[in-house]
Amino acid sequence: MTDELFQKMSQSILDGDSDAAIALAKQAIDSGIDPLEAISKGFVVGVNQVGESFACGQAFLPELVMAGEAMKAAVATLEPEMQKRGTSRQVYGKVVLATVEGDIHEIGKTLVGTMLSASGFQVYDLGVDVPTAKIIEKVKEVDADLVGLSALLTTTMVKQKEVIDELDKLGLRKKVKVMVGGAPVTKDWVQKIEADGYSEDAIGAVGLAKRLVGVV
Amino acid sequence: MQPKLELLSLDLIARILDEAFQLMQKPGIKVQSAAAREMLIAAGASANGDVVNIPEKIIRKALETTPDEFCLYDRKGQPKVWYGGDAVQFDPGSSGVHILDPDTLEHKTSYTPDLARVVKVAEMLPEYAAQSTAIVCNEVPKTIGDFYRLYVVLMYSQKPIVTGSFSVQNLPIMFDMLGLFAGGRQALADKPQAVFDVCPSPPLIWSDFGANNLIELAKARVPAQLISMPLAGAAAPVTLLGSVVQHAAESLSGIAIHQLANPGAPIVWGGAPAIFDMRHGTTPMGAIETAMIDAAYAQVGKSLNLPTHAYLGASDAKVVDAQAGLESGVTAIIGALAGINMISGAGMLDFLACQSPEKLVVDAEGIGMALRLVAGIQVRTETLATALFEGINFKGDFLKQKVTRDLFSKEQHLPSSVIDRDSIRGWQASGSPDTFARAKTRTRELLAAYEPPCYSPEQERELRTMVENLARKAGMDALPKLG
Ligand code: B12
Repeated sequence: MTDELFQKMSQSILDGDSDAAIALAKQAIDSGIDPLEAISKGFVVGVNQVGESFACGQAFLPELVMAGEAMKAAVATLEPEMQKRGTSRQVYGKVVLATVEGDIHEIGKTLVGTMLSASGFQVYDLGVDVPTAKIIEKVKEVDADLVGLSALLTTTMVKQKEVIDELDKLGLRKKVKVMVGGAPVTKDWVQKIEADGYSEDAIGAVGLAKRLVGVV
Repeated sequence: MQPKLELLSLDLIARILDEAFQLMQKPGIKVQSAAAREMLIAAGASANGDVVNIPEKIIRKALETTPDEFCLYDRKGQPKVWYGGDAVQFDPGSSGVHILDPDTLEHKTSYTPDLARVVKVAEMLPEYAAQSTAIVCNEVPKTIGDFYRLYVVLMYSQKPIVTGSFSVQNLPIMFDMLGLFAGGRQALADKPQAVFDVCPSPPLIWSDFGANNLIELAKARVPAQLISMPLAGAAAPVTLLGSVVQHAAESLSGIAIHQLANPGAPIVWGGAPAIFDMRHGTTPMGAIETAMIDAAYAQVGKSLNLPTHAYLGASDAKVVDAQAGLESGVTAIIGALAGINMISGAGMLDFLACQSPEKLVVDAEGIGMALRLVAGIQVRTETLATALFEGINFKGDFLKQKVTRDLFSKEQHLPSSVIDRDSIRGWQASGSPDTFARAKTRTRELLAAYEPPCYSPEQERELRTMVENLARKAGMDALPKLG
């Protein structure tokens, strides 16, 4: 019976069906299933499966994104129960994500955020055109492990450096890893601004983030 | 008769416009410029925060004052580019950040000499009616990158320019630079030498920068070119028609802002839409559906009597290979058949990120073919054939006819050495070069034959001093050496 429920949970993610995921999460709570188990034995199985099929070219972005959304919905539904039980979902790390000041390119950054959160990171997506001060403030507020900075314009890339310099000034640079991305970002640039890494795409960003927090 | 591609029925155009008008009312357009919002509200729109609900009558009124056509002039003041009707012209793609190294095939960060090379090659090729500020120069501070590019293009080219600014503050500088050649700001408005790209942000947003850009361009009466870029499936509905509706709503709201700032100022119904690749999350410019969205929105623009523009003739390949040729050629043909006035994109690889002078040279051949196609089949002789058969007597002697000598170069587009029509032996004798090898040779030849525009020494000095002073303010000791 429980196995069947787990199976349905995984399927709801595969289907990208947020409503079904929420209903199944509620059902789990009602039948006294440990929310952490619901996540690890049910929903996450689906996420991993979609990730794998995407990586080998069998799934496409809409499926990936919808799966990410369903996962988010399921976790949000389970959240109060976890709190009640005094447990919390193990996250790989807390990521503050933003497109830098002066830059309104949104799509790539959001995709990276969706994939990171579906893969077990706690993502604080601050949106686009975000001033350095605001990013730093959030890093301090949530005690972030990682900062992800997106810049699509050659004119705004410099802001990635600004954030890194600011973290440095505050003595946070050792503790907070910085990953950067966006079309004009190159290896040379990453070296020049002493970022901790970059990725060309959202799946790569997940691998990078895991490496930076030391889970793989 | 100019052959035409029409993807939409009149019925469908009406539905597209009707839904665009609905979108402008609900959800409305997010207008992040206070100045633009105030004008729209004063004209009768209502606003909730920065979301403005724009009634159809404001748009209809704006459409009454938009010019149907205008010209761009070269540095000598001669009309060279016609916006309006079904005129078809091409310019290189703009704002690349990389240049293809023709020897190592690396995509390298671009610098001033690279832009100079692109501009010189485009200057030599008559297939390009206009230049563009094709790549950014990475050695100059980013804050002056936009007008610095324009400076390099002006130094090397007489042709009209498709350009754009990266900030509203730099617009007046760019007007003054162009004004040096036009004879001041007023003269520039009377005989514009450049058109400025302005982008709404999909979906349905006019950023502070975009809207203020429109207002300043309108005030200066320098032509603005709307570059709405719905990305079907990501920043726009997945359906091609849904994206065309979004394009119309973004463009029409832009026209309203522009015409309210200065009725009668010239504006172009342009764009750079793309579908969204669902495997790689990229925005393929060479996709057939991308070209279909362009052809469709152009038809909508024409129904409103507006001059048109599109981003076609580019490829997503990483080198100048078969994919580059077929995507660039196919989409250039579609743009030409759609009667689009200015088609930007040539030379571009890798989703508009990488320029290549060698690709510009190859693309010029595709453009030559496209222009030949839209020139159509013409009646050039009194009888179509019968008179030409006089004296032929079943012999293949048409080469001997005077009419053959007179008309062959009108009937046939003469390709350059980039197109191989040699015999296999001839081809082998010249070293069996492939398209890219032939393009490299031709690029070298064009660069060797290039001659700079002859400006007066004062004009050149004035332009240089102007840019030098601004560069100094931005923290540079001296301007980089040009080409
Ligand atoms: C869509 C688009 C826009 C849209 C954005 C809509 C939106 N809501 O986001 C709009 C129309 C608003 C726009 C505006 C402009 N744009 Co624009 N735009 C693009 C375009 C075509 C695609 C970008 C995109 O969404 N790609 C799809 C996503 C999925 O890819 P991505 O963003 O690269 O993200 C992936 C990776 O980079 C990586 N990644 C991204 N972020 C991060 C972060 C981290 C931490 C990590 C690890 C990885 C990572 O993973 C992502 C997922 O795979 C690019 C062309 C290109 N080749 O990039 C031009 C491009 C970036 N734009 C350009 C320009 C010039 C502009 C404008 C200045 C134009 C103008 N004159 O008005 C304005 C600037 C506005 C501003 N202030 O930001 C130029 C930049 C050139 C330059 N020299 O800097 C480009 C390259 C096009 C060109 N050649 O002209 N643009």
